[in-house]
Amino acid sequence: MQSSARSFTENARVAMADPQLKRALSKVKVGFIDKRATAAERLPEFEALRDTARDIKNHTLEHLDLYLERYEETLRAAGGHLHWCATAEDARAAVLEICRRAGAKTVTKGKSMISEEIALNDYLEKNGITPVETDLGEYIIQLRHEPPSHIIAPAVHLTKETIEADFRKIHTQFAEGRSLSEPRDLVDEARQVLRERFLKADVGITGANFLIAETGSSVIVTNEGNGDLTQTLPRIHIVVASLEKVVPTLEDMSAILRVLARSATGQEFSTYTTISTGPRRAEDLDGPDEYHVVLLDNGRSEMLGSEFREVLRCIRCGACMNHCPVYHAIGGHAYGWVYPGPIGSVLTPALIGVEEAGNLPNASTFCGRCESVCPMRIPLPKLMRHWRTREFERHLSPKAVRFGLAFWAFFATRPALYHWVTGLQARIMGALGRRKGRFASLPLAGGWTRHRDFPAPEGRTFQDLWAERQKARGG
Amino acid sequence: MSANRENGREAILGALRRSLKRAPGDGAAAQVEARLAAKGRGPVPARAQLSPAAQVDLFQAMAEELSSSVSRVARLDQVPGAIAAYLSRHNLPPRLRMAPNPMLETLPWDKAPLLNVSSGRSDGTDEVSLTGAFAGVAETGTLMLHSGATHPTTLNFLPDTHIVVLKASDIVGPYEDAWDRVRAARQGADMPRTVNFVTGPSRTADIEQTIQLGAHGPRRLHIVIVEDGAPAAGASGQGNAP
Repeated sequence: MQSSARSFTENARVAMADPQLKRALSKVKVGFIDKRATAAERLPEFEALRDTARDIKNHTLEHLDLYLERYEETLRAAGGHLHWCATAEDARAAVLEICRRAGAKTVTKGKSMISEEIALNDYLEKNGITPVETDLGEYIIQLRHEPPSHIIAPAVHLTKETIEADFRKIHTQFAEGRSLSEPRDLVDEARQVLRERFLKADVGITGANFLIAETGSSVIVTNEGNGDLTQTLPRIHIVVASLEKVVPTLEDMSAILRVLARSATGQEFSTYTTISTGPRRAEDLDGPDEYHVVLLDNGRSEMLGSEFREVLRCIRCGACMNHCPVYHAIGGHAYGWVYPGPIGSVLTPALIGVEEAGNLPNASTFCGRCESVCPMRIPLPKLMRHWRTREFERHLSPKAVRFGLAFWAFFATRPALYHWVTGLQARIMGALGRRKGRFASLPLAGGWTRHRDFPAPEGRTFQDLWAERQKARGG
Repeated sequence: MSANRENGREAILGALRRSLKRAPGDGAAAQVEARLAAKGRGPVPARAQLSPAAQVDLFQAMAEELSSSVSRVARLDQVPGAIAAYLSRHNLPPRLRMAPNPMLETLPWDKAPLLNVSSGRSDGTDEVSLTGAFAGVAETGTLMLHSGATHPTTLNFLPDTHIVVLKASDIVGPYEDAWDRVRAARQGADMPRTVNFVTGPSRTADIEQTIQLGAHGPRRLHIVIVEDGAPAAGASGQGNAP
């Protein structure tokens, strides 16, 4: 997918001025947050499970080479094929080669962020193969030629009226006067359209939430059942997965599953968790004849040796974006590439370069909500700070930012001067703002005061008050 | 195939080893073997460690909370009657596509003479399917189904209504106990092609976060628990059909 992360600031401005988007996003703020909190509260072991989940992934990452070798062994023993792909280009080529050999015309697809990352749909289409997204949200955005705006709820930026208009435009096989105003109608229509596609597809492509070294299995976690129809009906099943998805055992997967659905949607458990191991057996009555796993690196092996290793624990639940005030304000598309929200701000610069996406880690107030809800306890604000440092060190930050930082650093490295200047500032602003207690406009702070008032200081600096308090305590 | 892709495996493993500063004889391989052999469990929720009878009740409560319906019968020979009653209650056609499972095939179907029962995989035209279940997981009211000669996977996903017969003695507390059962049953053979954890009917919330059942898979999931003697006998909540 072509990145527009470079124009993040402009993207964000456009997003904030979009009333339709605002309406759609208003539901994210309440729905996901309340449901997660309720589910977490209901399981007394939830916090302990987060520790366990983090430890499982830390252990696996520390031994990733060995677990992948074991995974390859067990997968092969079950009759599966493993394709090691260092780059997105390699992965696309591997998928195309399998499809071509099968003479495939149509492929159905379960939801996969790796497929988005390697821009698989465009590539298949260019090569004469029709990909059909079957997750309802993915299907809707494929009709609109849009990327997903959320990693588990790809069409969360759309209202039902917009979707109704799209269905009326594209599903011309149905009567014009049909009722489509309710979500139920829309779901039923998509079910009918996609059912035919499932039955006719030559190849089914899914992602993977886990790969299991012990058994050579891939695992998908879904609610709709589309992933299962995608991988059960066609003659060939291709799994596209990145290499950090591996866990040692079925027990390890089970422990992480306990935090996955609860963190993502607040469900006790997703409707379908499917563990697939190789192609159909001699005695099986259905299932694919061939089972392929396209294993993608795309820079992750490098990340493993960097200060960004911890982000490889991510299980793509979406909790960080569900709880992010920046995501709530601008939605997912503004981030300009595949992964939005706090996880995107950390992952995107690693995958497409800090030159391209260096501005994303600046899109944070460092409020810390993402870290506080991350089931894998990934220190997202810390990792964003690492990116900010790199951006600054490589002289990629805009001039105004560099100038501002240099200006601040000049005072900050001279404590006495800093103290005197901030004291003066607090006194002056305190005096000017005493009457109203706030400023409706301020020189150099238009970006703030355009949307809200700036509270007036009370005339003393924090350091003054702190010193006084310490003295009072001592005396 | 490009030269790159041929080398993919070595390139990736090499990069991983460099990043991990892997040294030969660093003991990492032994740690991995130990971990794989131990199959250690994380914290298992207290609610998944109940008496067998309480587990059956918890299974039913969780399954119903997550939109499955549940009925209980005391003996296997009561299953055909329970299914016929369920179908008529929901105005469903009296036709079943049944998994070729000996437990189901030997049921006294003549007790429900109006039912038309055929057996095999689904081609997408069946409205109601009937399968067994390998296990039930009480923790979240989850069924564990797996592919094989007695259970085509298509029956779990294509029909509008999926009816599952589950023996109370096959209900375990946590997921991990179900995996132990799989390992014991396979006796060292590899995994079944697919293991499906199923918790309720198909659902989606992709349109404005409103939950709709029956997205692509079954709109209804009905579980008939057979209290086959020992553990669940006398448990509370008998025969509560929706």
